[in-house]
Amino acid sequence: MTPVATPFFFYFLSAVAIISALVMITKVNPVHSALALIVTLLASAGLYLMLYAPFMAGVQIVLYAGGILVMFLFVMMLVNIEHLYVEKMMNRQWVIALLAALVLGSLVLGALYKGAGSFPQQIVNHPEQTNSQEIGMLLYGPQTGYYMFPFEIASVLLLVAVVGAVVMAKRRV
Amino acid sequence: MIEYILGYLHSDVTPGEAGNLFWVTVYVLLVFLGISVGVIFMNWFERKVMAHMQVRIGPMRVGPHGLLQPVADALKLIIKEDLMPAHADKIVFWFAPVCVVMTAFCGFIVVPFGRTHAITDMNIGVLFMLGVSSLGVLGVIMAGWASNSQYPLMGSLRSGAQMVSYEVAMCMSVVSAVMMTSLVTGTGTMSMIGIVQAQEQQHMWFAFSFFPVGLTALGVFAIAMVAETNRAPFDLPEAESELVAGFLTEYSGFRWSLFFLAEYAGMMAVSAIATTLWLGGWLRPFPHLLGGANWDTAFSLVPGLGFILLGALCLFYAVKMPKLRSMRGNLLGLAGFGAFLAAMGLFMLLPGVRTRVQDIFWFTIKVGFFMYLYIWYRTTFPRYRFDQLMKIGWKFLLPISIAVVVLTAVIGVRQELLALLFSSWFGGRR
Repeated sequence: MTPVATPFFFYFLSAVAIISALVMITKVNPVHSALALIVTLLASAGLYLMLYAPFMAGVQIVLYAGGILVMFLFVMMLVNIEHLYVEKMMNRQWVIALLAALVLGSLVLGALYKGAGSFPQQIVNHPEQTNSQEIGMLLYGPQTGYYMFPFEIASVLLLVAVVGAVVMAKRRV
Repeated sequence: MIEYILGYLHSDVTPGEAGNLFWVTVYVLLVFLGISVGVIFMNWFERKVMAHMQVRIGPMRVGPHGLLQPVADALKLIIKEDLMPAHADKIVFWFAPVCVVMTAFCGFIVVPFGRTHAITDMNIGVLFMLGVSSLGVLGVIMAGWASNSQYPLMGSLRSGAQMVSYEVAMCMSVVSAVMMTSLVTGTGTMSMIGIVQAQEQQHMWFAFSFFPVGLTALGVFAIAMVAETNRAPFDLPEAESELVAGFLTEYSGFRWSLFFLAEYAGMMAVSAIATTLWLGGWLRPFPHLLGGANWDTAFSLVPGLGFILLGALCLFYAVKMPKLRSMRGNLLGLAGFGAFLAAMGLFMLLPGVRTRVQDIFWFTIKVGFFMYLYIWYRTTFPRYRFDQLMKIGWKFLLPISIAVVVLTAVIGVRQELLALLFSSWFGGRR
């Protein structure tokens, strides 16, 4: 089977992700921003597919694009957006922003130049057909069940969030 | 080039797995066409069945027995003026129907109409379908918000809350079916084709595995999928008595017909998930109870004979039609349709064709069963109130589906352990 993961798709998806991310931060209307964010998330799901990780792509679509962003939109629709057009959009925090961008950029560049040897020379052709089974074995498997504990801790974190939401939404008696 | 095209015909995998772009395109077009024709047919069928359930006769004028009514409706909708509210958000208003249609049709990429009759097979098949269908709610929310009007906003808020809360129960019941795939082989799968093959290996449709458990999971899914597609009795987002037409209020003409198309395509998609996961997908009924070459041949004749029967029915009613000059067109039309159906039936009896067609036939029959249930619900149940809807979703379906998941895990994965426990328990008593 000829691989679909050609450079064209990589550049295409990356361009879509970056442009929609820019649209997301420059739009005044929060609903437009959320829709642009969905496009970014879908493009990154496509990038996961290109990395032979279909499970990650599926979870990305289900959780982020289908779940969390729906919640975002749900809340934003109830907000009166008229006053947003009057308010100033950009805060004057360019010093901090520049610093953060510099640190992140130097981190990325450093990783690229210093750790060039640690990248694989060509695309590692993972067996796509057993991807989700492998993730399951990695999480819970008898030999490699190292990630069981972190996984459960993460779910406890989610439980805390759920309990917090219930407590906050509860009617005071 | 020709070898490239013909080479696929001898393989026994889907065109997506074979990586054959030509046949992928052909399959995509075929599926798109098939779903669209199915939607048109469902439109006519729903009106007809509802009419007969309410002791009316339904559409009778356009074409014999109103068969061409949906075509006339579609023409009307395309010609109709396409309104956009002056203060609507233009881009989002334009994109909402596109989004809904795209997500409704995208899921069909992995639907297996047969072992080789799917566009492609994905390792994450069920997850992909659920994810894509959960994106459909975005279109509904966008439509309601972009209309910039009260009723659509209320409708889309309801729709969002409803779909998000029923999705939980739906996914839980899907998890139980996915867990069942690991019973014999030890490794489960989420691929749609793999799930059907697991049912073939276990000689059991998952609806009947661990007797009440599988059936309960199917029941939870069957309720949740009605809510998921915003159909009666859960059609609160477009409750006419309260919200005019919900999120569809400001839409008209072609855009409205896109929503209509997406609604029915979405219904077919979730029915296809239910069929694949619990009713054995493309497998014929009783593949092992009535096994053997003779029964195989007998069952493979069913689609062709069914089509011939339908054609004969059409011809019968054509003969029974009143012999009036004004009815001549209808009479000829119905007779021609009957002859066409009978010819298709004869074609499906050919040995080479019938082995390939029967998978699609059984799959379509099972999906059709769920589609009929949709119509049946719509005429039978009154609409729920919104608090009742939430109560059903969170307090009734969700606990049941979690219990189903736990039970499946307990019974399935530790079957032998359970047997051991029982034997020691009874042994200890003696």
